[in-house]
Parts: sequence; structure tokens; C-alpha cells
Amino acid sequence: MTAEKSTDNLPRILVVDDELAIRRFLHTVLSSGEFILHEADNGHAGLASATAFRPDVILLDLGLPDLDGIEVIKRIREWSPVPIIVLSVREHENDKVSALDAGADDYLTKPFGVGELLARIRAALRRSLLEISEPVFISNDLQVDLGSRRVTVNGFDISLTPTEYDILRFLVIHAGKVLTHGQILKQVWGMTNLEQPHVLRVNISNLRRKIEVDPSRPRHIITEPGVGYRLKT
Amino acid sequence: MTNSDDIRPTPEAMLKLAQAEEVTAELGKLKIFLGYAAGVGKTYAMLEAARQRKKDGRDVVVGYVESHGRSETDALLDGMETLQRKEVLYLGVALPEMDLDAILNRKPQIVLVDELAHSNAPGSRHEKRWQDVEEILETGIDVYTTVNIQHFESLNDVVAQITGIIVRETVPDRLLDLAFEIKLIDISPEDLIQRLNEGKIYIPDQAAKAIEKFFRPGNLMALRELSLRRTAARVDDQMRAYMETQSIAGPWPTAERLLVCVSGSPYSEKLIRATFRLAEELKAQWFTVYIETPAGGRHVQENRERVWQNLRLAEGLGAQVGTITATDVTDAVLEYAGRHNITKIVMGKPNKPRWREVLSPPVVDRIIRRSGAVDVVIVSFEQDTSAEAHPSPKRRRPFELRGYAASLALIAAATVLCELLRPFLAPTNMVMFYLLAVVIASVRLGRKPAIASAFLGVLAFDFFFVPPRMTFVVADTQYLLTFLGLFVVGVVISTLVARARERAEVMRAREVQTASLYYLSRDLAASANSDAVLKAVLRNVEEALNAQVVIMLPEGERLDIMATSDGLILDIKEQAVADWAFRNSHPAGRATDTLVSADLIYLPLQTPASVLGVMGVKLASQHDYHSQETRRLLDAFATQAAMAMERIRFSHQAEQAQILQARENLERALLNSISHDLRTPLVSVTGVLYSLKEEEAHLSAQARRDLLDSACSEAERLNRFVGNLLDMTRIEAGAIRLNAELCDVQDLLGCAMAATEQRIGNRSVEIKLSGDLPLVSMDLVLMTQVLVNLLDNAHKYAPVESTIEVSATLDNSTLSLEVSDRGPGVPEHDLKRVFDKFYRIPIPEGTGGTGLGLSICKGIVEAHGGTISAENRSGGGLKIVILLPVVKTRELGYDG
Repeated sequence: MTAEKSTDNLPRILVVDDELAIRRFLHTVLSSGEFILHEADNGHAGLASATAFRPDVILLDLGLPDLDGIEVIKRIREWSPVPIIVLSVREHENDKVSALDAGADDYLTKPFGVGELLARIRAALRRSLLEISEPVFISNDLQVDLGSRRVTVNGFDISLTPTEYDILRFLVIHAGKVLTHGQILKQVWGMTNLEQPHVLRVNISNLRRKIEVDPSRPRHIITEPGVGYRLKT
Repeated sequence: MTNSDDIRPTPEAMLKLAQAEEVTAELGKLKIFLGYAAGVGKTYAMLEAARQRKKDGRDVVVGYVESHGRSETDALLDGMETLQRKEVLYLGVALPEMDLDAILNRKPQIVLVDELAHSNAPGSRHEKRWQDVEEILETGIDVYTTVNIQHFESLNDVVAQITGIIVRETVPDRLLDLAFEIKLIDISPEDLIQRLNEGKIYIPDQAAKAIEKFFRPGNLMALRELSLRRTAARVDDQMRAYMETQSIAGPWPTAERLLVCVSGSPYSEKLIRATFRLAEELKAQWFTVYIETPAGGRHVQENRERVWQNLRLAEGLGAQVGTITATDVTDAVLEYAGRHNITKIVMGKPNKPRWREVLSPPVVDRIIRRSGAVDVVIVSFEQDTSAEAHPSPKRRRPFELRGYAASLALIAAATVLCELLRPFLAPTNMVMFYLLAVVIASVRLGRKPAIASAFLGVLAFDFFFVPPRMTFVVADTQYLLTFLGLFVVGVVISTLVARARERAEVMRAREVQTASLYYLSRDLAASANSDAVLKAVLRNVEEALNAQVVIMLPEGERLDIMATSDGLILDIKEQAVADWAFRNSHPAGRATDTLVSADLIYLPLQTPASVLGVMGVKLASQHDYHSQETRRLLDAFATQAAMAMERIRFSHQAEQAQILQARENLERALLNSISHDLRTPLVSVTGVLYSLKEEEAHLSAQARRDLLDSACSEAERLNRFVGNLLDMTRIEAGAIRLNAELCDVQDLLGCAMAATEQRIGNRSVEIKLSGDLPLVSMDLVLMTQVLVNLLDNAHKYAPVESTIEVSATLDNSTLSLEVSDRGPGVPEHDLKRVFDKFYRIPIPEGTGGTGLGLSICKGIVEAHGGTISAENRSGGGLKIVILLPVVKTRELGYDG
């Protein structure tokens, strides 16, 4: 009875992957009693499970035999904001960007470690549970107060240009999540400046100079090469 | 002459026979139905034979048969497959011709081709039908054909003598020799005349009269005898050949070798035919030579063309042909005879006037006197027959008239001068002025005007100055000696000067040729690729002959124009001619004997092994096409070009072989590397897993953790190696696609540091960035990987406590990225090789590189248009320098 009750409250994870070996590995890693696991071995089965099983997080492989992974993301996003973590191979950076732009929340490059996987899952769960994030973001020496528009490093006030602040604010709202160049550009500059990603780079570079101790080894704003940026939580 | 010892077939003879058999094995067989006049029934006999073959099951096709509406012939044609004729449009009239291509495409076993001696309509591929037949035979198709005896080249003049009719359509005798079988169609002249009277022989209206003259019993008997004799001679040949192969002793002919000298003289043609017949009779090899003398170099063009035609005729009759340049004909002939072991020299009976022989003995006499062991055969001609056929080429040129006028003026001037100086000079000294005039005339005007001036000088001197003056009477007979002296000196000087000048002219012409050949070979030697060869050939032929040139090389199935002179455009017809020349490896086009209506002459670029292409040449003037020197030069050019192209091809092949070798070595290295680098981590991973599975109970927690750690790091290494292999494969396949964006260099370093953080740990890495770095266009993912590889290497090879230095500086428009370590460095001579695939420096065991990292870096950097190099640092360690071009962009606003 108690066991039943406790399982009800456990986060539900849907794994969509056609590789039996990967599913078996994920099953081993994730069935330790912390999560409830459901598996689907193709895109259509995955979509069906997403409605029937109502998962809290979806782990989605992009290379499915029947449906394109991006297509799966788009269809899910039509009706659900459930966090989707994409599992992809290293060769296809562009796929990651497409997946993120289509609405995926995060990605993991195969092969990945268990620790990293669990961390990503937990971060995604946390974000979905606290949809309205705290007005104050704190990570090590960096503190951003969205309510009063105040940014401090080690307690010292930092003055940012309006654009820099907009970028930082967007990163803070989605802290821990990878934001693609396109997503940031669209959010901060609107549709018009999508063609000029270098403007974003210059601003990120300036932002780092102001909030990072050593801009050559950033601790807060992490570049995901070829994909975008992530604010470390 | 006969040598009784020589009764065994010589090795050469055996070889020749073997070759002949070999050739006939590939060629189609020619069967000739030979008649001695129209109406003997050749076509009928041919069709009957063909029907028989068809009944035997052979694939027989009628290529071209003219029935002339005779019902018997038509009946035989009935039921035979007949190929459509081709209409050739000439001067608005469509002439029906045999469709050669249709035959070649149809590829029957036997094809019937009537009237072998037929001349094709202008614009056809070949001038003559026998050339068509030769081409058909070459493709292995058997040919049945008909021909009358008077059409054979060697009998042409004999027939003309007998019948008084000159036959224009001739067939080379070699076709008769080529024939596998000759069927003589023979009926008695009486029957033939009766058939004629019955109207059974087709005669075109316009020729009725000539034919009537032709069909006289006397003519017919003579022609019949000719055909019988020719056929008998052929049977004789076959018998002899049989005896030779079977080594049957018999009366072997000695190895006679005949030589005939030709000139542009109208008699040369007869001389050639006579020699040919003699050679046939003697079964002798024969040579035809043209001695080009300096005086000959001055021959009028018409004459020169006839020399060319004569040599061609001789060649067609089977002679070996040569041209020699020499000042003295006698010497040259005897020298040639000696060199070629000539046994008989054939010469024409001289027909110069007696008085000229007094001045210079005829060449015949001189040769006879000095010929030694060589026989001299003198052939006589009936002078009237052909003299009118070939009008004398000598025509007085306006230039010569002007020369005579000038010599007259010179003498007049000398006379005036002498008249002015008469009070001061004795008459004998006045001769000097006349001599001077003669010398000027010989230097300036040529030989004949100079002799004329000597003659005029004598007259003028006599008339004006020798007493009594104003008469030709000579009072003092001593002056006769002066006259003689003046005249002789004049003639000698003018002859000498003229000869020297002509020789110089010939030498100059030769010099020009030699020089142009030299220039070509020099340019060709300097050409390293086929493009340069083509250009060199083009330029040299253009310059040497003032011609337009095109060079075509085979590209798959067709010929492609590879190089061409400006403004030279080939239409489809020209290209077809070039194609023919290429496929048949025989010259074609203008001034050849195939497809003469073409605009250019096409020479195959031929090496002993193969035909590499075709050179087409458009010469400046019509007479160049027939000039022997030009043709010789063109042939030389073509040969040189072909040889140079073959050289290039060989060296290319050698290069390819080398590349292949290198690739094989690389593949071996790759296999070794894969088998080693893939298996080693797998071995340790599986080892760890098995030991954990089986001996879990006995392992301490610490031991288990150690095992797992090592398995993890090995698995990671395996993952890196597979990643590297994939990257390398993509770079090599050219599949690497840059996703270039403007990037912050600092960001690049940050990404690389983040990626290596786990492996490098907290080792000290010093980063130096100059402050003025602009955004640089690059693929951030790939460049990050480059830096990661470099950092990994530095970490792997340098001692743990040493610092790794990374710096980025801007120099003009070049971004310089450097990664330096304090490791062992690389041997100086290997600094370039470190970027080769699978290069590993021979140090610390277990550093476990894949040997791919740096070559991947090189591939990525070069894809960015940059360079990567390695150098050893002073004080030890290695420094890798990457130079990337920076494209200047406009200043970027910070707030967009």
C-alpha cells in the first residue's frame, strides 16, 4: 500500500529509443526506485505513450526508425510543455540546434555518464516544477535579482547595458538549460536580427568580462560550441 | 646474277610469310572477279557465287551492284539482302553511292561490291571505291568485287598503248596481291563482240563511240592475254609461296633490289611503272628516290607537285620511297644505291639534244661509268605519248623578263661609262667594266640574265670599242681572245654565284626546319604535363608553318578538342574526318587520299604502341599542302608531339603507382593502428567486467573501484579514438563542411579549456590573449576540437608539473594561436611529419595517442584556409603554431 502510494509520487520518465542496448542501460540506471520508467522503441509508440503515460520527463533519441525525432518534439509541443531531453550522437551539432529550437529542453551527447544523465533529469524536473522561478538567482559569486534588476558579483554591483541585462535575464529564467543562438536573438532583439549572431557574441563577451573572474575560463555563462549558451546553476 | 647456293628460304622470307598469314587472319578475305572488258559477265559470276555462299548458310549482303537493267542480273539479285544506297549531293545532283557505314554497321560475313575501280562522288569519305573496300576488309568482312584488267595501275600505260584509251580510274596492284582468290571471267572475244551486237552489254550513250573503238578484236585479244598473264603470274606467286613454306628446293630468285630515280619530269611516271613491272618479274624489292638539288629547290611549284605525285605513285606500287638533298645527283644516287644494297638502277634513256651532252654529260653516262657492280637498266619511252599529257611546266616568268631587261640596262650603263672614259683607257681595260656588270648581274639577277649580260657585253664591247668602231668587224684578231675571256669568265662567275646562292637558299630552308624542330623538342622537354605539351605543339606548329592548328584527344568514346588556334572552328564534318584519321591511324583530309574535301589535313599522333590523338592543320596556302618539306615537317611534329604525350602519360602512370604505393602503406598503418588501438581498450574493459562478474566476492571495495576507474578511462579512450577516426575519414573524404561564424577567440579558448578540464585537471595552463582581438570567422566546434587535441597532446607529453602556455595574437590580418609545452619536443627532421597520419613520436610507453590528433588538426586548420606548423622551443618543448586568416569586418556596435 505504501509502496503503491510512494510510486504515485515518483517522477515518471518516458524513454524513446530504438536501441535495445541503450534502453536496457537506461532501465538499469533509472529503475533504482527513484523514477517510474516507461519505454517506447519507435516514434509513434513514443507519441502514444506520451499521452497515455503522462511522463514528467521524456528522454528522446533523435535517430528513430519511423519518425524524425524533431517531428516527435514538435507534435508533443503541440499540447504539452513536458521537459524533453534529447539523446544525440556527436556528429550532428545542427540536429541539436534544431531539436532545441523545436522545443527540446536539453541534450546529452552519447556516450554519456550516469551522473550527468541524472543531473540533467533532475534539473529538468526542477525547472518544470518551479515554472515561475525565484526572483533572485544565486550561483556562487553571482547574484541576479530580477525584481530590482540588480546584478552583483561577490557583493559588488555590476552595471550592465540594457541588452546585456536582457540576455542575462533570459539566461537566468532558463538557468541550466541550453539556449540556442536563435532563441536568445529572437527573445532579446526580436525577429529582425536573426541574421547577425555576431552581435550576440560581442554582447556575451562583454557580459563575461563583467561577471566572470577569468573570462577565458567562464564559470557562469558556458558556451556549448555550435549550439548556444547555458547559464550554470 | 643468279646465285645457285641461295636455295633455302631466308629467315626474312619466312617472317614475311608469317606476318602475311597473321594479317589475313584478322582481315576479311577479298575475292576478285577479274575480266578483260565490260560484258564478260563478272557481275553475273559474282552474284552466282554469292547465291551459292548464301545457300551454304553464310551471311551475304549486296553492298552495291549495278544491274544496268539486265534481267538476268536482276533475277540473281532477287532474294538477296541489298543495302540501301546513299545519295551524295554534288553540284545539285544526287549521285547514288555505296553506303560504307551501312555495311560496317550491318557487319555481314560477305559483302558484294561491284566495280572496284569506281571513283566516288566528291565529298565521299574516300576518293576511290577500292579504299572503301580496304576499310571493309579491315573490319574482318569478306568482300566479293569485280574489276577489269585495264584498271590496274601497273598495266595502265600498257593498256593505253594497246587501245589508245587512257583509263582514269585505276586500282593499285596490291589489291590483286591482297586478294584471297581471283576468279578470271573469260569468254572468247568473238562471243563478246556477238554479245555486244546483241545489245547485251550495257554502254552509256556518251561513251558509245569510244567503246566501239575499244571493242575491236585486236584490242580484246591483247587485253585477254594481259588478264590471263596477270592471273597466271599470281598463281605462280602462290605456287612459289607454297614452295617456300614447304621448303621445296627450286629456282629461287636472288634478292634483287631495284632503284629508280624520279624527278618532276613527265617521263618519271612511266619510269616508275616500268620499274614496278621489272620488280614484279624479278620478285625484287624496289626503291624510289628523289634527289633534290639546289637547282631543284628552285623548281616551279607545278613541277614540285608532280614529284610529290610520282613519289606517291611509287609508294602505292609498293616501293620504298626516299628524298635526298644533295648537290650532285650522281654521287647521291650511287651513295643511296650502296647504302641500300641496290643491284639494279633503272634510268630513262636521255632525250636531251646532243649539243647539251657536250657541255655536261648526262647523269646516265656518269652513273654508268661509276656504278661498279651495280647494273644499270635503261628504259626507253615513246616520246610523243605522254609529252602532251603533261605540258611542259616551264613558263617564262615575268621576273625573268625583268632580269633580262636589267642586264641589258647594266650593259648599257657599262657602255656609257666606257664611252666617257674612252680617252683615258685602252679598250682591253674597258672589259673590266663589262666584267663588273656581269658580276653584278649574277649576284643580283640570277644565272640566265648574267649569262645574257656576258653575251651582250661581248657584243657591246665589240661594236662600240673594238676598232673599227660601230661595226662587229674585228680588225685585230687578238680581241677574239678578249671576247672569249670575257664570255667564259662571265658564265663561270654567274654559275658559281648562282649555285652558291641556291645552295644557301636550300640550306636556309633546311635550317628553318631544323630550328623549328629543335624549338619544339626543347619546349616539349620542358613540358611537365599534357597541357603544356599541347600548348607547345600548338605554338610551334603555328609559328613554323604559319598555320592554324587543332589537337584532339580521345575522351571516352569520342575525340575532344583539347587545344586549338584562335579563330579555328571545326564543323561536324571536319570532326568526322579527324575521327576517321584517329580510328584508322592514317592521315586524312586535305591533300591525303581520304576525305580530301576536308578543310584541314589530319595527322594521327602515333607512337609505336598506340594512337594518342589527332592533329589537324590548316596551312596558309594551297601549295603548302603539297609541299614535301611541309609534309615532312608536319610528320616530324606529329611524331614528336606523340612521343612527348606518351612520355607524359608514362610519368603520370609512374606517379600514380607511387601514390598507390603510399596509399597502401597508409592503409597498412591504418589497419595496424585500428587493430591495436581499438583492441587494447576493449581488452582492458572486457577484462575488468569479467573479473568483476566472476570474482566480485573476493575483491575489496578499493580494488573494485580501481578496476572500474581503469575500465572507464579505457572506454573513454576508445570513444576518443573512434571519434578521431570518424573525423579523419570525414576530412579525407572532403565531407568536412565548415559552419563558419564570427567567433570570439576568448570563447574558443574557454570552450577548449572546459572540454579538457576533466583530463587535465588542475594543471597550470597559462593563457595569454592580446586585447585587440577581433571576432574571427571560424567553425567554433571544429576549432575547439583542434585546441582540445593540442592541449591533450601537451598534457600527455609534458611533465605534470610544467606549465602549458596558450596564446592568441593578431598580426596584421592573421590570427596566430600557439600552444606550447615543456615536453621532449620532436626530432628536428620529423617536425613536418608530425602532421602525417599515424605519426607518433617514439617516446613514453603508454602515452597511448592515436597518431591522428595532429593530422585532424591540420585538416581542420587547412579547411579554414590557415596553416599549422610545429617547432621546438628553446629550452625544450614543442610549440604548435596555427595561423588563421582574419577577414576584416566592419566595427560592430556593442548594443547591436
